[in-house]
Order: sequence, then structure tokens, then C-alpha cells
Amino acid sequence: MSAEVTDTVATPGTSVAASTTGAAAGAHRTSTGLSNEKLAMWIFLGSECLLFGGLVSSYLLLRRNVGDGPGPHDIFDIPFTSVSSFVLLMSSMTMVLALSAIQRGDLRANRVWLCATALLGSTFVAGQVYEFTAFYREGLGYTTSVFSSAFYTLTGFHGVHVTVGIVMLLSLVVLSLRGRLGQERSEAVEIVGLYWHFVDIVWIIIFTIVYLIP
Amino acid sequence: MAISDQRMLELPAATNGQRPLGVFRRPTATTGWRSWFTTIDHKKIGILYGATALVFFALGGLEGLIIRAQLATPDNTLVDADTYNRIFTMHGTTMIFLVVMPLMAAFANYFLPLMIGARDVAFPRLNGFSYWVFLAGGLFLYSSFLLGGAPDGAWTGYPPNAGLTFSPGHGIDFWILGLQITGIASLVSSINLIVTVLNMRAPGMSLMRMPVFVWMQLVTQFLLLFAIPVITVALFLLMFDRFFDANFFNVEMGADPLLWQHLFWIFGHPEVYILILPAMGIVSEILPVFSRKPLFGYPFIVFSGIAIGFMGWGVWAHHMFVSGIGPVAVAAFALSTMFIAVPTGVKVLNWLATMWKGKIELRVPMLFAIAFVAQFVIGGLSGVTHSISPHNTQQHDTYYIVAHFHYVLFGGAMFGVFGGFYYWWPKVFGRHLNEGWGKLHFWTMVIGFNLTFGPMHILGLQGMPRRIYTYAEGMGWDFWNLAATVGAFLLGASFLVFVWNIVASRNNPPAGADPWDARTIEWSVPSPPPPYNFAVEPTVTHLDDFWHQKYTENEFGHLVRRDTGEEVHSLDEHGAPVADEAHPSADGVDEHDIHLPSPSYWPLVTAVALPLIAYGLIYTYWLVGLGALLVLVALYGWATEPPVDPEADHADHGPEPHEPAAEHDPAREPVAVGVEEDEE
Ligand SMILES: [Cu+2]
Repeated sequence: MSAEVTDTVATPGTSVAASTTGAAAGAHRTSTGLSNEKLAMWIFLGSECLLFGGLVSSYLLLRRNVGDGPGPHDIFDIPFTSVSSFVLLMSSMTMVLALSAIQRGDLRANRVWLCATALLGSTFVAGQVYEFTAFYREGLGYTTSVFSSAFYTLTGFHGVHVTVGIVMLLSLVVLSLRGRLGQERSEAVEIVGLYWHFVDIVWIIIFTIVYLIP
Repeated sequence: MAISDQRMLELPAATNGQRPLGVFRRPTATTGWRSWFTTIDHKKIGILYGATALVFFALGGLEGLIIRAQLATPDNTLVDADTYNRIFTMHGTTMIFLVVMPLMAAFANYFLPLMIGARDVAFPRLNGFSYWVFLAGGLFLYSSFLLGGAPDGAWTGYPPNAGLTFSPGHGIDFWILGLQITGIASLVSSINLIVTVLNMRAPGMSLMRMPVFVWMQLVTQFLLLFAIPVITVALFLLMFDRFFDANFFNVEMGADPLLWQHLFWIFGHPEVYILILPAMGIVSEILPVFSRKPLFGYPFIVFSGIAIGFMGWGVWAHHMFVSGIGPVAVAAFALSTMFIAVPTGVKVLNWLATMWKGKIELRVPMLFAIAFVAQFVIGGLSGVTHSISPHNTQQHDTYYIVAHFHYVLFGGAMFGVFGGFYYWWPKVFGRHLNEGWGKLHFWTMVIGFNLTFGPMHILGLQGMPRRIYTYAEGMGWDFWNLAATVGAFLLGASFLVFVWNIVASRNNPPAGADPWDARTIEWSVPSPPPPYNFAVEPTVTHLDDFWHQKYTENEFGHLVRRDTGEEVHSLDEHGAPVADEAHPSADGVDEHDIHLPSPSYWPLVTAVALPLIAYGLIYTYWLVGLGALLVLVALYGWATEPPVDPEADHADHGPEPHEPAAEHDPAREPVAVGVEEDEE
């Protein structure tokens, strides 16, 4: 049995398989060329779009029902939230730096940038907690009005997503420290990065719709 | 080897020689009852899905029989109104989420990899996880019967009726959390199956050479992928209302209950196609085989399936014509509902054309497939009538609706499923189901089904509302209600015939690899298939590739058999494939050289944690913490455990002759099935 056939059998669905056997089978692509894990993350993020789509549309439908409680523009502190949004955006940049570091093989820089990303993300979450506390003091509890329920639910779901991302980033750092995240596994960083960038983009949408549009 | 620079993601677990983390000894058994708890073989998981769903089918059927017994006569007092509400809620929820969806998942799990020439799904452990989560969600939902009352808000769970004010017990809580849990199962499995189909097809298996069943499942999985998050949002909002006093559906505070209806039906209408498209796929496999003709208009069937997948998102408000959504919306959704009948009609015509002038063999699978087409047409036609909004207003919430969706989901989906059972039983278990008992099953089921749900059209037109627990004498509903009840018990009997058929068929002679002279490549492997499916990855050159391996045209254009059946899928006396023309390299393949992913405890452990969290949300929050902790531990255990146990099965080969990272790398999640180079 030739080594070529062995390759093919051993790697169903990789681009190697597609290219070595493509000639034999009339050049029909039988995989996307993405690894299973990366493709799965893309597909999962597609599903997440509908999750946030549903939450955002619910918010849009309900936001005018402020009842006796404060309305959005009574309480929002746009400069503060703009700063924390900027912090989250910067974390996307450090994420890119982390990926490029591990792809170069610079594992130490990779860890540094992963930690920086997690730190910026934590700053954002801390800002959100601070913001929620401030709103609560100003009379906007979770059950105050239809608007308050919708607002806290939408932004809270996003905050949970950021937190999950931070946990994944820190897990990568721990694995790297234990020597289990070498250059050859840079795709793990790339996939976590996909998730992280997605969460950032979602925040840009939420920030625009919830805070900026009157 | 070239592969090593084409790295797929390895979970950073077992780098060269490092011990994987984890508290468990890795399970090793692949046979025996224990193996079913740790299996990650897509075929075993498919069987688990199917068997579990059949048990839930019996439960949901019993609930249906209670409904029919209560409605058999006017002013009946078999169950009271409250119990009746719980029973019909659980009947609908069970049949949709715990019967038809997992039955379709059973077929998808078992046959998608076999039909695309793969050795397993893309993420075998996630696959096991999906099953256990589905089971956990189902058991959690059913535990509500023992814990203070099942849900009573109908399968649609409309607030404010399902809110705390009108449904103060825990029933709706169980319903919300149970559906959230099964939703996780569906979402994970949809991602898994989409990646499998997109990435793991055998060489030459281009998209337009995939069997129609694979296509329909692919469309279904995309629908699940996008529909599940929408119902998740709706369920979360209702849950926050009930658990944390949020105001999403609090009308006094100015909330709009229509929000639930919109979210629910944006999920709910695609859900209809999630239930029916796989059955269409099954029937599209059965009809050509028993008509001895290729499927008529394969691309039309495929593209109309895709069209249904897109259009299914634009018709949801036809469930809300009486909810006050305004004339413009009603007109728009009435039109889109009429249009979506077109691709469905295309399929029906293609099925009929497939049978046209075919040499039809009326075996049991074919009988079910034909009944599917006939009954689905009735259900489809009564469905299109709902697009006529005045008629819809008249029929809303009457038994006409009940008749319609049972013709689609039972007369359609379940008949397709039973056709699939009879068709693929010899492949899965190596033995046919008995033809005689099968025919008895079929005829009792057809008669029982039509006797149960046919009269409901009349009852609906006479104005009998659905979801009422009894009715007065003299409404003119007595006769047809009694007829429907008789039919329902006949249906129940037909299921018993099916169960008996399974028992009676257990000692049938082996069916062989290709008992139906079928067309698709799952029939080219032994029955039941070996754990690794294909000894050598098949190379596909045609649509219906297996057929083309068997038959060719001679110079006069007549169909002639290429080889005898034995030569196409020749087996030695142990049932293992031996070399032949179609599988030139089958010789020398030692199954011990094919490394499949190892069994694992983590999917089961992770799944068990979810109902813990759910019980905690209802009863006591410390259980939530415990469950969350268990999930976290299990996920870390899972992530650090290599998909293929480095200690399993490798010892006999001695030192590896090549770089271990290439194909021995244990951390490759997608089926590290290296046929080793020993045989070079
Ligand atoms: Cu619909």
C-alpha cells in the first residue's frame, strides 16, 4: 500500500486528503479545507448570531416601556461606557498579537498577550458590574420595568459571554505554562480568538443600539 | 509526512509522552453493557437515540390514548380538566422534542457517516454528549410527574397563560428547563453533523453526489442551528419572568405577549421542517430502491429541500393570524405560506415520477413510503388552506388544526421513520424484520391513523375547539369523536405489533450486506457494519455510487450486472471484506490497525450535571453551584483527555516507524483512523 493512500485514509476531511485524492476522484472537493474544530467554531458563532439577534430584537421591542422607573437616557453614562467599549476593542488587538506570537513560536509573548487580553476583558466586565451597580442605585432594578429587564438581560448575556472567553484565555495560559501549548497548536489560540472577536463585534452592535441610538 | 504541517487542532492534552490529566481510568470496553455508557461510536449512539425515542414514543402514545379515552364520549369524567391540560401538554412536547427529533437524530447519527464514506462523525465524544444530554432533558421533564405536576401550558407555552400568575406550580419550570437541556443536545449535535458532512466526505463524494437523505439532514441541521437559539431566547425570557420576576411578558407593565408568539414561531415553523425534512430524505432513499429506478430529478429534490430551508424562516406568522398582527402582516404571511407549498409540491411530483413505470416491489419499507407520500399530501393540502386567512380565522384552534399537523407529523414524519426502520433494520442489526408482521403493522397503522385523525377534519369544521377536556352532548361531535378514539386504540395496537415484530425477528437468518439491491454506499459494508465502517475509505465516482459499482450499461443500452453481488462486497467467512475489483486495496487491512477514538466517561458526566443545575434552579440554589462545578470539572477533564487513548491498542506495533505526530497523534479529535504503514 502506498504512502499516498495511507495519507488519505488517515486524514479524512483535511485539505491534504482533498488534494491527494482529488486528482483521482475527478477533483471534487470533499471538505471545506478548514479543520473540523475551526469550522465548528464558525458554525457555532452563526448560531450565536441568532441568540443575540433574538435578544436585541426583544430589547428593541420592549425598550420604550420604562414604567415609573428611569429610562435609558436618564441613567446611561455614555463617556464611561465608551471607555469600557474601547478597552474591549483593544483586547481584540492584543488577541491578534497573541496569535501572531504563537504562530512565530514566541511562546512567552503569546502568554503575555493572552494575559493582556484576559485583563482587558476583565476590565470590561468590571466596568459592567460597576455600571450595573450605579444603575441599581439610581433606581433601575432588574424588575423595575420592562425596559430594565430587557436591558439587564441583553447586556448580561453579553457579559457572560465575555466571562466565558476570559476563562478560555486563562485556560490557554495555564496550558502554555505547563508546556502543552506549543507553536504547532496555534490553532487553539486562533479558535479562541474567533470567539473573542465575535463577542467584541456583538458588543459594538449592542453599544450602538442600546446606548447610542436615541 | 505532509500531514504534520497540516495540523488540525489538537486539544493540548497529551504532548509526547505526558500523562493526560484526569481522574478516571480511561474506559476501554467496546463490548458488553458497560460500553454503552461510554461509547462514542456513532452507530451505537444512533441505536441509543432510536431505542430511547421509542420508549418516549410509547409514553407519548399512552398520553394520546388518555386524551382519546377522555374525549370518546361527551361529558366524560375519566380525567379532570387540570390533569387533561398536563396530559396534552406532555403529549405534544414528548412527541416533538423527545420522539420525532431524536428519531431523526438516530438515523442521522447512524447513517450520515456511512452514507458519506466516513468512519465516524467529526466529534465523537460530543456526539455521545448530545445523546446523554437529550436523555437527561427527557428524564428531567418526565420527573415533573413525580414532583408536583407536569407542565400544563400546551407545547406552545404561551404567556401570560404560562406565567406565574396563571400557572403557579413548577410544571412550566420543568418544561422550560427540560427544553433548554434538550436544546443543548440538538445544538451540539447539529454543529457536529454539519462539520461531519461538510468536512469528512470520502474522496469523490461531492455535494451533488450525496444521497438525498444526507442532503435533507444537512438542511435540517442548519435549521436546528439557527432555530434552537431563538427558542432558547424565548425560554430564557419566560424563565426570568418566572424565576426572577422580570417583566418580559408582564402585560400590566406594558409588555407585549406577542413577543413570545413571534419568537416561538420563528423557531416553531422551521421546527416543522426539522421534523419532516429527514423523513422526506428517508422516503427519497426508499422509493428508488423499491421502484428499481433512480430518483427522478435528484437536483430538483435537493434544491427544493434547500428552498424549503430558506423559505421556512419567512412564514412563521401564519400561526398568529388571529393574534392581531394587522392586515399587512397577515397578507404578507398568507402569500409566503402559499409560496412555500411550491418546493414541497415539487418533491411530491418527483416521488411520483420516481415510481412511475418502475418495477414496484411492495415490501414493507415501500408501503410505508407510499403511505407517507399520500398522507403527507393530505396534511400538506390542509396546511395550504391555512394560508387563506379568513379560513384560517375560522379554523384557528379547532380540531381541523389537530388533524392537519397529525397528518404531517404522524402520517408524514412517523410513517417515514417506520419506513426507515424496516428499510435499514437489516443493515443495523443484520437481520430483517419479519415481512408478515410488518405488513400487519403497516395496515393496522394506516387504518388506525386515518380513522383517528381523518374525522378530526370534520370535527374541526364543525367547530370543536382543541384543548378542551370535554364537550356537551348534542353538539354533533359524538360520533366522530368515538370513531377517532377507536382509531387511536387501533394505532396503539399497531405499535404493539411493531414491538412484537422486533422480538419475533431476533433469530431471523442473516440478511447480508445488501438485501434490497440498494443504491447507496452504506449497503457496501457488512451488516451490521464493523466499528470502523469502511476497511478502506471508499472512492466515489457517481451519484448512487454503489449501484454503479454493481450495474453498467451494455452496448445496446441495457442494464447489466457488473459482477455478481458476492464480488461487489465479498466477505470472507468471518464477514470481513476481502479484496475484489471494487475494493482493490482491501487485502491486508487488519482491523487492529485502524485506530478509532477511545470511549470516554466525560460526555456522560457532563450531561448528568445539567439536570442537577436545573433541579437547583427550581428547588435550591446550592445544587446549581454543585452542577456548575461538575460541568467545569468535566469540561477540563474532557479537554485534557486525548480522543484516542495513547495506551490503548498501540503496544503490539513496537516502536513507531515514523513521526508520531502524523497519524498516531492521540490528540486529534476527528477520528484518528490511521491505517498504519506496516503493510507497505
Ligand atoms: Cu407554520
